Amino acid sequence: MARITAGNPPPGSDAEAALRSLFLRGLDGDAAAYHQFLQKLGAHLRAFLGKRLFGWPDEVEDLVQECLLAMHNQRHTYQSDQPLTAWVHAIARYKMIDLLRAKSVREALHDPLEDDLAVFAASDTDAADAKRDLTGLLQTLPDRQRLPIVHVKLQGLSVAETAAATGMSESAVKVGIHRGLKALAARIRGQSS
Amino acid sequence: MKTDDLIALLAADTAPVPRRAASRRIGIALLLSLPLAVVIMQVEFGMRRDLVQAMFWPMFWVKLLVPLSIAAAGFVVLQRLARPGVAVRAGWVGLLLPVLLLWGLALVSYALAPESRRADMVWGQTWRSCAINIGLISVPVLVAAMVALRGLAPTRPALAGACAGALAGAVGATVYALHCIELAAPFLAIWYVIGMGLPVAVGAAVGWRVLRW
Repeated sequence: MARITAGNPPPGSDAEAALRSLFLRGLDGDAAAYHQFLQKLGAHLRAFLGKRLFGWPDEVEDLVQECLLAMHNQRHTYQSDQPLTAWVHAIARYKMIDLLRAKSVREALHDPLEDDLAVFAASDTDAADAKRDLTGLLQTLPDRQRLPIVHVKLQGLSVAETAAATGMSESAVKVGIHRGLKALAARIRGQSS
Repeated sequence: MKTDDLIALLAADTAPVPRRAASRRIGIALLLSLPLAVVIMQVEFGMRRDLVQAMFWPMFWVKLLVPLSIAAAGFVVLQRLARPGVAVRAGWVGLLLPVLLLWGLALVSYALAPESRRADMVWGQTWRSCAINIGLISVPVLVAAMVALRGLAPTRPALAGACAGALAGAVGATVYALHCIELAAPFLAIWYVIGMGLPVAVGAAVGWRVLRW
C-alpha cells in the first residue's frame, strides 16, 4: 500500500492511515468498518469545514451531511493508489465552493480556497443540528426508494425484515437504498441552486 | 435528520463498489460510441478508395497517429479529471505535444515548399468541410463521454467537459482521416486542429452546466 512518505509526514497522517484502512475494508464489504469510517470522517469534516465557515456556523452541519452523502455516492471514484486525504479534501472543497458560490459571498472565498490538505488534522465529534431537513427531502422520494430507507434506517430493520415488511425482494430493497441516496443528493442540489 | 442517522443510513447501503470505475466507464463509453463514429464517417463521407495505397505514404500515418495519440492522452487525462484529488500533471503534455509537433512540421514544410504550392498546402480541396465533418463524427463520442462523466466526480466540470471534447475530437479526426484526401501538414495543422477544437469548446460549455454533482 502506497502511503505519502515524502518529507515530513503531513499533520493528520496517522488519521490518514487509520481512515484509509477502514475505508478500504468498507469498500470490500465490511459494513462495521465502513460505519466507523463515516463517523470518523464526519468528525474530521466538521472540524475542517467549521474552521473555514466560521461566519456561518449554521451551515456547517448541512455541509458535513452533504459531503458525507457525496463521498458515499462517489466512493467508486477513489482508487487505492491515491492518498485518501487528497480525495476527501477535493470533494469537501468542491462542495464548500458550491455553497459559497450559491451564497455568492465573494469576499469569503479568500480563506477557504487555500490549497490546504489538512482535512484530517482536527476532529470534532460534537454535531450541531442540521438546518436542512433531510427527513423532509426523503419524503419526496418515490416509494420504492423511500420505504427501504425509512425501514432500514429510521426503524432499524434489517434488509430481510424490510423486504418482508414491504413485500419487496431483498435485492430491490438494496437497490432502493442505493438509488435513494443518489436521488437524495440530487434533491439537495436542486434545493440549493 | 441527525448526522449520526445519516451515517447509519449510508452504512446500510452495501451495494458492491466497482473498482477502477473511472477508466472502465470512460472505456465502455468509447467502445460503444466508436462504431457509431465510424458509421457516420462511412455513411456521410465514405472510406477513401485508395486506403491500401495510402498506407504506404508517411503523411497518411502522421494524419492518423497525431489525433490517435491525442485521443490516448485525452483518455488518461479524462479519467484523472473524473476522480477528485487526482492531479493531471504530465497528462497535459501528452495532450498538447502532438499538436505542437504537427504545428512544427507544418511550419517547416510550408517554409520549404515553393511559393506556388503554399496556398494549396493550406487550403487543400476540402477546407470548407473538414473541421465541421470532424466535429460531426465526434458527436457520439462526446455524448458518451459526457454520460460516463455524469456517473463520476469531476471537481472541475468545465475542464472535464473540455477534455471529453478533446478525446471526442481526436477520435473524430482519426476516423475522418480514413476518408479525407488531404495530406499536407499545414492543412492538418489548421483544419484538423480546428475540427478537434469544436468539441472541446462544446464540451467545456456543456460540461460547466451538466457535470455538476
